[in-house]
Amino acid sequence: MATYQEFIQQNEDRDGVRFSWNLWPSSRLEATRLVVPVSCLFTPLKERPDLPPVQYEPVLCSRANCKAVLNPLCQVDFRAKIWACNFCFQRNPFPPSYAGISDVNQPAELMPQFSTIEYIVQRGPVTPLIFLYVVDTCLEEEDLQALRESLQMSLSLLPPDALVGLITFGRMVQVHELSCEGIAKSYVFRGTKELSSKQIQEMLGLMKPTASAPQGRPAAPQDPAAACRFLQPVHKVDMNLTDLLGELQRDPWPVPQGKRPLRSTGIALSIAVGLLEGTYPNTGARVMLFTGGPPTQGPGMVVGDELKTPIRSWHDITKDNARHLKKATKYYEALANRAAVNGHSIDIYACALDQTGLLEMKCLSNLTGGHIAMGDSFNTSLFKQTFQRVFSKDYKGDFRMAFGGTLEVKTSRELKVSGAIGPCVSLNSKGPSVSENEMGVGGTTQWKICGLCPSTTLAMYFEVVNQHNAPIPQGGRGAIQFVTQYQHSSTQKRIRVTTVARNWADAQSQIQHIESSFDQEASAVIMARLGVFKAESEEGPDVLRWLDRQLIRLCQKFGQFNKDDPASFKLSESLSLYPQFMFHLRRSPFLQVFNNSPDECSYYRHHFVRQDLTQSLIMIQPILYSYSFHGPPEPVLLDSGSILPDRILLMDTFFQLVIYHGETIAQWRKAGYQEQPEYENFKHLLVAPLDDAQEILQNRFPMPRYIDTEHGGSQARFLLSKVNPSQTHNNLYAWGQESGAPILTDDVSLQVFMDHLKKLAVSSAA
Amino acid sequence: MSQQGYVATPPYSQAQPGMGGYPPGFGSTPAQPLYGHYGGQPQSFPTPATGMMKPAPHSGMPPPPVSSPYISNGQQNDAPQRYPAPPSATAGSYGQPSQSPYHSTSPQAQPPAQQLTNQMGAMNLGYGPGPTQNSQAPPTSHPSHQPFQSAPPSSMGHSSLGSPPTGLQSHQTASPQSPTAGNPMGGPPSMGGMGRPFPGSPPPGVGGVQQFGPGAVRPPGYPQQPQGQYGGQMAGPGMGGGAAQMAGPPQKKLDPDSIPSTTQVIEDDKAKRGGQVYTTNIRGQVPPLVTTDFTVQDQGNASPRYMRCTTYSFPCTADLAKQCQVPLATIIKPFAKVPKNETPLYMVNHGETGPIRCNRCKAYMCPYMQFIDGGRRFQCGFCSCVNEVPAFYFQHLDHMGRRVDFYERPELSLGSYEFVATLDYCKNNKPASAPAYIFMIDVSYANIKSGVVRLICEELKSLLDNLPREDMAESSSVKVGFVTYNKILHFYNVNSALAQPQMMVVSDTAEMFVPLLDGFLVNFQESRSVIDNLLEQIPDMFADTNESETVFAPVIQAGVEALKAAECSGKLFIFHSSIPTAEAPGKLKNRDDKKLINTEKGKTLFQPQKGVYEQLSKDCVSQGCSVDLFVFPSQYMDLATLGDVSTHTGGSVYKYSNFQMETDGAHFLSDLRKDVRKSIGFDAIMRVRTSTGFRATDFFGAIHMNNTTDVEMAAVDCDKAVTVEFKHDDTLSEETGALMQCALLYTSVSGQRRLRIHNLSLNCSSQLSELYKSCETDALINFFAKSAYRAILNQPLMAVRDILVNQTAHMLACYRKNCASPSAASQLILPDAMKVFPVYINSLMKTAPLVSSTELSTDDRVHQRLITMAMGVEESQLLLYPRLIPLHNMDYSSDVVPAPLRCSEERLTDAGMFLLENGHFLFLWLGQACPPELVQNIFNVPSLAHMPSNLSSLPVLDNPQSKKLRSIIDSVVAQSPSSMKLQMVRQKERSEMLFRQHLVEDVGLHGGASYMDFLCYVHREIRKLLT
Repeated sequence: MATYQEFIQQNEDRDGVRFSWNLWPSSRLEATRLVVPVSCLFTPLKERPDLPPVQYEPVLCSRANCKAVLNPLCQVDFRAKIWACNFCFQRNPFPPSYAGISDVNQPAELMPQFSTIEYIVQRGPVTPLIFLYVVDTCLEEEDLQALRESLQMSLSLLPPDALVGLITFGRMVQVHELSCEGIAKSYVFRGTKELSSKQIQEMLGLMKPTASAPQGRPAAPQDPAAACRFLQPVHKVDMNLTDLLGELQRDPWPVPQGKRPLRSTGIALSIAVGLLEGTYPNTGARVMLFTGGPPTQGPGMVVGDELKTPIRSWHDITKDNARHLKKATKYYEALANRAAVNGHSIDIYACALDQTGLLEMKCLSNLTGGHIAMGDSFNTSLFKQTFQRVFSKDYKGDFRMAFGGTLEVKTSRELKVSGAIGPCVSLNSKGPSVSENEMGVGGTTQWKICGLCPSTTLAMYFEVVNQHNAPIPQGGRGAIQFVTQYQHSSTQKRIRVTTVARNWADAQSQIQHIESSFDQEASAVIMARLGVFKAESEEGPDVLRWLDRQLIRLCQKFGQFNKDDPASFKLSESLSLYPQFMFHLRRSPFLQVFNNSPDECSYYRHHFVRQDLTQSLIMIQPILYSYSFHGPPEPVLLDSGSILPDRILLMDTFFQLVIYHGETIAQWRKAGYQEQPEYENFKHLLVAPLDDAQEILQNRFPMPRYIDTEHGGSQARFLLSKVNPSQTHNNLYAWGQESGAPILTDDVSLQVFMDHLKKLAVSSAA
Repeated sequence: MSQQGYVATPPYSQAQPGMGGYPPGFGSTPAQPLYGHYGGQPQSFPTPATGMMKPAPHSGMPPPPVSSPYISNGQQNDAPQRYPAPPSATAGSYGQPSQSPYHSTSPQAQPPAQQLTNQMGAMNLGYGPGPTQNSQAPPTSHPSHQPFQSAPPSSMGHSSLGSPPTGLQSHQTASPQSPTAGNPMGGPPSMGGMGRPFPGSPPPGVGGVQQFGPGAVRPPGYPQQPQGQYGGQMAGPGMGGGAAQMAGPPQKKLDPDSIPSTTQVIEDDKAKRGGQVYTTNIRGQVPPLVTTDFTVQDQGNASPRYMRCTTYSFPCTADLAKQCQVPLATIIKPFAKVPKNETPLYMVNHGETGPIRCNRCKAYMCPYMQFIDGGRRFQCGFCSCVNEVPAFYFQHLDHMGRRVDFYERPELSLGSYEFVATLDYCKNNKPASAPAYIFMIDVSYANIKSGVVRLICEELKSLLDNLPREDMAESSSVKVGFVTYNKILHFYNVNSALAQPQMMVVSDTAEMFVPLLDGFLVNFQESRSVIDNLLEQIPDMFADTNESETVFAPVIQAGVEALKAAECSGKLFIFHSSIPTAEAPGKLKNRDDKKLINTEKGKTLFQPQKGVYEQLSKDCVSQGCSVDLFVFPSQYMDLATLGDVSTHTGGSVYKYSNFQMETDGAHFLSDLRKDVRKSIGFDAIMRVRTSTGFRATDFFGAIHMNNTTDVEMAAVDCDKAVTVEFKHDDTLSEETGALMQCALLYTSVSGQRRLRIHNLSLNCSSQLSELYKSCETDALINFFAKSAYRAILNQPLMAVRDILVNQTAHMLACYRKNCASPSAASQLILPDAMKVFPVYINSLMKTAPLVSSTELSTDDRVHQRLITMAMGVEESQLLLYPRLIPLHNMDYSSDVVPAPLRCSEERLTDAGMFLLENGHFLFLWLGQACPPELVQNIFNVPSLAHMPSNLSSLPVLDNPQSKKLRSIIDSVVAQSPSSMKLQMVRQKERSEMLFRQHLVEDVGLHGGASYMDFLCYVHREIRKLLT
């Protein structure tokens, strides 16, 4: 049998699933004693070049409250043409189309390698994708110009039959009509007045004259022709819209000295949501907000227009001094929920030097699966590339985006679903497999994920049902089925079904096995997500304490030690890296607000709860490569000891890409040795990290901040704040040594952290 | 009866001391609270020693319901059915035995001939020639040139119309004998117009006395006369008497030429003062009539074009003023057009400190400031405060005590001039900016269908070249903006930088706002191509509209917001089609209810609906936003409410009912052109300061008053006039006279803040005769029209008409009592300056707002009310006495426009062709027997029968008749501030009805007496007052 490493990798490649435990404890009590819950990271749309979708509908279990999809784990009686549901054990006849089924002629969904299978279903009308641009015009001319160009460029990237719409806002909100010939026409709304969806539709003329609907249906607002005025196929209005964008002017209203421009972001979004809600409910749509500053008026305002009152900081928030915070957050949450109900996702592209209110607005994207990109200016490659990458295509030429997804989780009887953490909202689908013990977004077996991309990853938490005195018999397998229905970017409706199973193990007798089935990477991310989720609602220190406690408990459970002897503490290989992840997680911006604005935290957390395992790990513990004349580039410890004068370091934190030139290298570079032919090797050395960085930059979404710095440079702080401060001004033993650079911080180093951990883990008092 | 009855000798002889006194026998009488001028003090009137002898009443009417509480008012203009005669039986009981024969023998058949006609007849008899002879008198000769045969020399100052002092009795007896002409109206039915309003049977002598006594028991038989608060008691019996007299046997027709003729008065004034220079250097000098052509030379008093008073000699005391009841008012038209040969206003700049003003009353430097102390100080002519002269302004005085620079400084030597205003006079102390014109076009179905939208858009392309500008300026600095709307609003960005205009739709009508800043209000010249493009597209954009609902208040709100955002004043041109029923603020519902007419609630039809519109007016005024409303209704649209904002913001309301492109298009465009080009000032505040002893108390016009003194006008153009009424505070001195200064702070079309000052000095006199001598009938009638039109908002029409009649009678009676030499009571004596006053008052009472007819559309009545409120004297004169120009026998070779005729059907001839115009209507009346050659020459058709039915202009033909006629029409239209649509009226056709409404000397079509009847009635009232 392959190692667990291989097994895990294989599973991830095939199903996009990584469980914390790959052997499941057979009772609830045992499960809780494992500290890390039975849980997984699931990437619903993991790219599977080798997985051709099938062109028929899935076969469902006939039991009304089951409806599980036929899968390789089902027992099939080929002669009787009957299959037994492996979740509810209902015996179902095959549908007539499966008449020819036999041992040798099996449909794909019964083959073991198709534990993940994708169906293309021909149901319902095909609706085009919709892209609704919501553009802030309170920008500096330079920014606006860059944004204009980006937007114009994006038109060529959209699928030609996609519908596109434009809303601009500043002091007022303008909904542009795109169909009209001649005069450019737009509907204007006051930026301060909250309007109901119905009012918005009425004012946009989308409501049919209130003729009494004969079938007693409420006046159907879905009048495609009317909606068309605002949402037009790209190929039709390409020119028109390009001109329109080209003529886009800065908000003309004067901004008095000492004031912020009036920015009606809240209303603009509410109109965007209302417009789509009225015209294309339950259709894949992206609202793309481009904003250059915080909302300053109307509902959803984050800060007043007086420049003398700065935008809220963490300090204000902890002091409960952020006037607009709660109201604005509530407002955007309501909006986000409305958009989510209709399957529309909302992206936020915020480019400003100061905060833009992402803290308040984050839920718009978090709940609808939209993107958030944050930059300093629209006139940066960070924004331009990121935006361009939204429209990137996969190997088949399809857009890497999917819409209106619903994820349903079915579990075998021994399991219940506790919740999910990711860019999703609950669909409140109750059922027997819903656990009362909520983790993340719980209380349901179905979630809506309005915007999906291949890397979108959810953390799913489960609970073992069986009580300790009635454990699950050995040898059995627990099964979980993920059914993801979504609108493919080609507008097809698709269903992807992933069915996985794991063995049950008695935690008393087989603890070693369970331990070795531990996936410490997945577990670190899963626990981190829980921590981040908690941090949204709880005080930072509480979350840290909680994380510490979990870590200590885990170490107590699995560590090998003699009581009260820290030196004897040892962790097995499958857990050895876990404490280090936790150490870096504690220092990460996901849980530390120091040095990060509320907006930045929101931005980081946003990406953390949706990226796949690899990216998430990078976020927790950045990767550090070292380049030197001594050999090929090598990954080195994320430690101050790795900062050496004759090295070039490349650090990838996911959000930043830092190239750091050691002291000597920097001097050489300054001296221009790289220009001299005899030092060509130096030149190569300088270029190597750049090339590697480019490679990362190519694929990363969102585009990371690219930082090229050197020893003593101000930007070096990005590196110094990440590395383990093994040498600081406090531990003098490092002074004078050739290796490493001291970090001026009072933060504890990993060594200290580990010492404490060991001490606590072995303490009999705990 | 001869014209000699109206001796209109110059009134100077009137001012005889003692003339004001009344024969002692009539002196002491109980007060009669009957003749208040809208709530004025009760006046005392003498009771007659004996009751007037009144014949039994008679009426051709069926027995009346006795429901109306106003019957006692005996208002003669009332709709007949409201004032039914009492049952004849009752009436009979009051009849004098001697008269009963008429009554009893032929009560129904007797035409209700008028008592006054009898009186006149009698009067005629009294001084000699009988009626037969009268009719022989040349109708055109003017009475004033005729010696008055029987009047004593002392009465030479009057126009008197009276019978010799034979008393009523003799007159009564005479009437049956007198060969009276038949009913002047041509028959009993129309007589009813006169007869019916005065149904109360006159009490016999005793009854009369009783009535006059305070708290006297009213005579039985007057159940329909409750003690009305309108002083009906007095009028009632009098009128009753009239009715009774009318009931007399057919009398010889009174010669209509014998009563004072407006046309004659106008012609006389023209002959006397026409073409002359009127120099304003004399205090209290009465200017020529408005109808006369004259040139004004400003020498210290404002031109009568700017300010015209009801009288140029104020009574010295409040008592006198109260006694005579002549309103003291000035009609101020601050921006009046002046002919080319008169100097435009000089601009005075007093530098950074602003105009020099009196420290106490804040009056501006003017010719009435007296420099003293060798020129170091000046004494204010208004409040007598002594002020230091600022150093920079110091000037030595000459030996006359006049500043040496007297003639160099307009503010010292002229009646009208302008000051440059400093920042202190600007809103928020910021310099004003050039105003903006916003064109707001209703593009709902109705307007699209009628073609109005296309028409407007076409016109605007060229019209905008003619935006008002300063005299010297090369181009106008007025900015323009465009909005279209139905139930939502569309704003247009016409920024010159754009290739295409941009439309911005605002659907949120609940809280209006302006969606754009740059590019909405633009310079026309700069953005011409974009604007042309826009105007080209608008009609097509909405060509397929099926939106029939409109909003209104949000449209104005939008305009105000736009101006607010641009920080300027301006004017909205709203082209609106229908009652705004769409869900939005200011939504209206049809509240037109003809049943309300003649009820206590009738006034509500004139009242605007409150709330939104009230606030809107205030917003407009505070922003300096005037609203000109062009409406194209096909049905009721609640003009009372829609027009409300206009009438408070110095705007105009133009109405084109059932607009049709062919017939109304040109008319509308011509209105629009005139309106856009008008010289105008914005964001104006007017203050009228007076010398001590009196002050301005009431203001009428398209204005808004926030307090009692400041007249706020969002805009004031060259046709807008404000009528200001004055009341006494104290005694005025004959020596210093009455001074007034009207100061108007405004923003010019170029965005300059200026002060326009008009000064006027009047005489004061303790002699009422002076006052009557200096009266100005045209100004008086302007005042009465406005005050009556305002009163109908709060009072029933009948009451308003009563007040008008009563005050007329009172003014004339007071004259008779105090100024005329003693003469027979039966003599009607009119002050020369007021001799045609009754015809105007009568005409006023027959105007649409004041008649209680259900046949007139409410919006039409409202419209006339609205436009009249801001009228100047010229306009109101013409409106109330239209010009009737005979066209069939004029001299085609000369340029002269034929002299107008009196507005009466009698003046029409079957073979004639007449032009009638009143500034708002223009009729071409074609007699049945119009000579075919004339028809051919003018219409290019062989006969009238061949004429197209909807001809709205004359064909251009090359013959003297056609040329002349067209030139007359052109000149008539050119003179009028609003344009007129030429309407062809063929005799005896239905359309003639409309035409006849304007024959103001005849019986009103919708009720109202003929001039003759009215005069008789007034005479009776006067006599009642006197006796």
